[in-house]
Amino acid sequence: MEFDPTRPIYLQIMEEVKKRAVRGDYSVGEQLPSVRDMASQMGVNPNTMSRAYQELEREGFLHTRRGEGSFLTHETERVEQERTALAQAACTAFIAQLRDLAFDAARTSRLLRQVEEEVNEDGDR
Amino acid sequence: MATVEIIDLVKRYRSTQALRGIDLRFEPGRVSGVLGENGSGKSTLFRILAGVTRPTRGSVLIDGENVGVETRRMSAYLPEIDSFYTWMSIEEQLKFIGSFHPGWNAAKARELTHFMGLDSSARIGELSKGQRARLKFIVAFSWPSRLVLMDEPLGGIDPPSRTRILRAMMQEFRAEEQTILISTHLVNEIEEFVDDVVFLHDGEIALQGNADALRNDRGASLSQMFEEVLS
Repeated sequence: MEFDPTRPIYLQIMEEVKKRAVRGDYSVGEQLPSVRDMASQMGVNPNTMSRAYQELEREGFLHTRRGEGSFLTHETERVEQERTALAQAACTAFIAQLRDLAFDAARTSRLLRQVEEEVNEDGDR
Repeated sequence: MATVEIIDLVKRYRSTQALRGIDLRFEPGRVSGVLGENGSGKSTLFRILAGVTRPTRGSVLIDGENVGVETRRMSAYLPEIDSFYTWMSIEEQLKFIGSFHPGWNAAKARELTHFMGLDSSARIGELSKGQRARLKFIVAFSWPSRLVLMDEPLGGIDPPSRTRILRAMMQEFRAEEQTILISTHLVNEIEEFVDDVVFLHDGEIALQGNADALRNDRGASLSQMFEEVLS
């Protein structure tokens, strides 16, 4: 996995795990790979992976059962909550970019509708 | 795993001062990067930790012990320049080295040789610099050392060898048992692999801390911090 070296790696791992859950790569209540396997999969230090798991656990996104491993939360709402949070973060970044181009709210939503129609038309073809 | 404590460490050579009184602590079970340019003092520091050179002043404690026979027995030191026998095959060299390392794991050595893409029957003299760097790594991780000292393991070697070495380091690292210190000037290569970093400049500590905490505070990569420290 490619990381942005200007941001804490453990935060980027947390985001990645959340994205995987939101996309359905991991289903609710499913057992996640061990810290060591996940570290080797993402190409990071196992200590960093361990920190990411701890923080995810603190946020209630996963649970660790002693001697068994780590499991994704079984609350569907928790994953939905994360989906909304990730979408909101993407929108915030998007709006900031458009503000930078001096697009106000009205112009931004007009543009959004226009682009969406174009995408749909492309899909129909 | 080992805790390393360094107190007021000074090393003077005839006309130069390689280390100017540094205080440092390396935490057990972590991978620490010692980052600096050539001549910053990193190799001197590693040589002192390995017991190859004595400090002019100050002390080093590894798990509370002064550097000596005991600490050497638990440390795997990979100097920048290896001392392999060019006329031996990889297999012979590993067997030879294994004979004087406590707890040498011959099966692990074979497994790592394979993982590193080396042919165990190849003669050392015929290996490229990158292949020799891989062999050094195999030696360090084929026995249960508590402290691994890798001095510039990535310098002057091809990118595929670098990737293999770093990936293998992460796979073989046992946080419950080991402490790893890796020195390099190729900071961008080790970004996602180190827990803590120390930037050395002209024999002094220019910056140190947890890598992710530094990124968080400064919004910069370790490479960018390295540039800043040197300017």
